[in-house]
Amino acid sequence: MDFLSDHLPGMLPGNRNLPPLQGAVEAPHGTTIVAATFDGGVVLAGDRRATMGNVIAQRDIEKVFPADEYSAVGIAGTAGLAVEMVKLFQLELEHFEKVEGAQLSLEGKANRLSTMIRSNLAMAMQGLAVVPLFAGFDIDREKGRIFSYDVTGGRSEEHGYAATGSGSVFARSSMKKLYRQDLTEQEALTLVVQALYDAADDDSATGGPDVARRIYPIVTVITDEGFRKLDEAESSEIARSVLERRLEQPDGPRAALL
Amino acid sequence: MSTPFYVSPQQAMADRAEYARKGIARGRSLVVLQYADGIVFVGENPSRALHKFSEIYDRIGFAAAGKYNEYENLRIGGVRYADLRGYTYDRDDVTARGLANVYAQTLGTIFSSAAEKPYEVELVVAEVGAEPEGDQIYRLPHDGSIVDEHGSVAVGGNAEQISTFLDQRHRDGMTLAEALKLAVQALSRDPNGSEREIPAERLEVAVLDRTRPQQRKFKRIVGRQLARLLEADGGSAPTDAPSDTEEGEGGESAAATDAPKSTDSGGDVE
Repeated sequence: MDFLSDHLPGMLPGNRNLPPLQGAVEAPHGTTIVAATFDGGVVLAGDRRATMGNVIAQRDIEKVFPADEYSAVGIAGTAGLAVEMVKLFQLELEHFEKVEGAQLSLEGKANRLSTMIRSNLAMAMQGLAVVPLFAGFDIDREKGRIFSYDVTGGRSEEHGYAATGSGSVFARSSMKKLYRQDLTEQEALTLVVQALYDAADDDSATGGPDVARRIYPIVTVITDEGFRKLDEAESSEIARSVLERRLEQPDGPRAALL
Repeated sequence: MSTPFYVSPQQAMADRAEYARKGIARGRSLVVLQYADGIVFVGENPSRALHKFSEIYDRIGFAAAGKYNEYENLRIGGVRYADLRGYTYDRDDVTARGLANVYAQTLGTIFSSAAEKPYEVELVVAEVGAEPEGDQIYRLPHDGSIVDEHGSVAVGGNAEQISTFLDQRHRDGMTLAEALKLAVQALSRDPNGSEREIPAERLEVAVLDRTRPQQRKFKRIVGRQLARLLEADGGSAPTDAPSDTEEGEGGESAAATDAPKSTDSGGDVE
């Protein structure tokens, strides 16, 4: 990134001269991303809808990307900028790894992403914010970790579960009631799909599972074996079983009252 | 002020070439061979940390003989060039030919610039194709010329003798174990014709394996897998046996990970 800013500053996000603001800019927005840790790793999932104002811009956008072998980023905010940021982030991690012959620490990766978000602040002030969620497996501590960000690049580590995007409020409430410390990988996968369903239920900019078009949430798992994205069969199975239960109980599983 | 002696340009260049060749000849040789599923790099290297081979990009590997600080510099330059290309355009737009051209320009400029000493390095840039016909191997001597090689190539001190040895014995479609064996045989020959044993711990081996499911095809072969390959007798050695390799420089490519790690095409999944 330092090399780029010396040689081709125009290639970096956040280094562009913006035209004076004339009304809000309308660009496709990404929406709900959720993450949860379990014993031995972390899951990161995102819905598939991109909206532009009240129009659905895209039904099958992918918002969760591997950053490298042991980490992944889920993006919320302006899709175009966010995708570019992730691309640059992936490049930086790979570049570091090749030049140094070793991977960055998870903390180091999280800090790097923080700087990149901060460099986008001028754009964010014009309404083109990017707010990712970063999750990875920390090889040194041997556990999954989640980092959330705000538009100014402020970074905070989340314990247990986290969400970002317009539906994050609903997703977080949903996970608050369902999350337990001793989740297994499979349970954690179900948990994030439940949370996405709840987010889609109450937030118009978050898409639920689309059975007719076979569009299901993107669900990824990171463990000590590395990053893995569930294939369509696996994620559809989870989404369908959640859907099945919701046909009987539209509001999803009930938590104990006391 | 004294008048400098006149030195003819021919003489000056010959001296510089001689200087560079001597520098390269001090280092150990290394060989790069094509095999059925890709390209294998084999060299003698007592160090575990200072590599002679490394990954440049998805399908491109780099090997160097000579002075470490000089080729390390070129290697980092190459990684930068490749990453910048890939980011600006697309991952497919990074090619070994382009990279070799950049190296040739750099080496050529340094070689002919009177202000600098010539680099004492000889490089190999290799790209593995989807099919064996698509494999490319370029050798870049110290003076900035490019040689397009096929089958096998040796660089470093004893290169000429080793290449002759390899040329006679290398054939297309060798298995990894066969190619590795041949490479070790070639490297164990001393200039005076005698042979010596190179233990597995002193070998540095890496492959560009076209059958790897990941986008990044570079992989180091170390430890038990290396020992197993060295023991395997030629023909029957399975190249896709379950292995205990270290991942490339630590992993699967970011963009490549859409493909779930599968055990079917083997290689690096425990």
